[in-house]
Amino acid sequence: MDDEAALVARLRAGDEAAFRALIEMYNAMLVRVARMYVSSQAVAEEVVQETWLAVLEGIDRFEGRSSLKTWLFRILTNRAKTRGIREGRSLPFSALEPEGPAVESERFHGGEHAWPGHWAAPPTGFPEERLLAGETREVIERAIEALPPTQRAVISLRDIEGWSADEVCNALTLSETNQRVLLHRARAAVRAALEQYLEES
Amino acid sequence: MTQQANTYEELSCQELVELVTDYLEGVLPSELHERFERHIAHCSGCQAYLQQMHATIRATGTLSVDSLSPEAERALLDAFRGWRQSAD
Repeated sequence: MDDEAALVARLRAGDEAAFRALIEMYNAMLVRVARMYVSSQAVAEEVVQETWLAVLEGIDRFEGRSSLKTWLFRILTNRAKTRGIREGRSLPFSALEPEGPAVESERFHGGEHAWPGHWAAPPTGFPEERLLAGETREVIERAIEALPPTQRAVISLRDIEGWSADEVCNALTLSETNQRVLLHRARAAVRAALEQYLEES
Repeated sequence: MTQQANTYEELSCQELVELVTDYLEGVLPSELHERFERHIAHCSGCQAYLQQMHATIRATGTLSVDSLSPEAERALLDAFRGWRQSAD
């Protein structure tokens, strides 16, 4: 947090390197989160630009009661929501409508079997040595890219950026349950993509 | 408790995979948490599933969200300089 206070002080003093450090740290993630609320990548980028300007305008009033990160993402989500409403979009909680299971039901025995709901085609562990290969990482990136924007934002913040569940709920104003449902679906989709890739090759 | 009733109470694999995130997040109610662990202790398929999920999370953690394009960075730095001038 001392680092953060120093960064804020430098920003107030008009230090360009401090601003550059902040945009390198957060810009891409801000765009990914903005995409939850608005219709396109271009609009998301616009909202993020406005957010940075609002941050500069407001930095003198930033009191450090929340972390800079939380403050930044709150400014963003407020603006992105307003923009989304103006675009006539419903808020992204339609993303919580029922969706498919974590694992396709064909992988389990049906009701006629002595062990219904148990694995018919059980998984096998992923080989550790292949997980960090460049191609495997691309499979994960593509799987995340293909997710609905809200799931994409949640898995990116949790599993790429390493935010806690609380931080994500706060920044995105999600309930704990919704945050977990979104994370569950996102991880299940990435796991399935990895399994398919690792079995085929 | 009869063997049959006991079996009935156990989680199926299909139910277990839907509880994995709650399990990893540490939010399963204690009774369900116990059933989860009892199941997984005896089920190699679900052990493999959980290993896959741990591996997925670990591998995802090595990615980074794409960095800023040079054009976007330039636009933001221009905005920054404009702000700094107007603040002077």
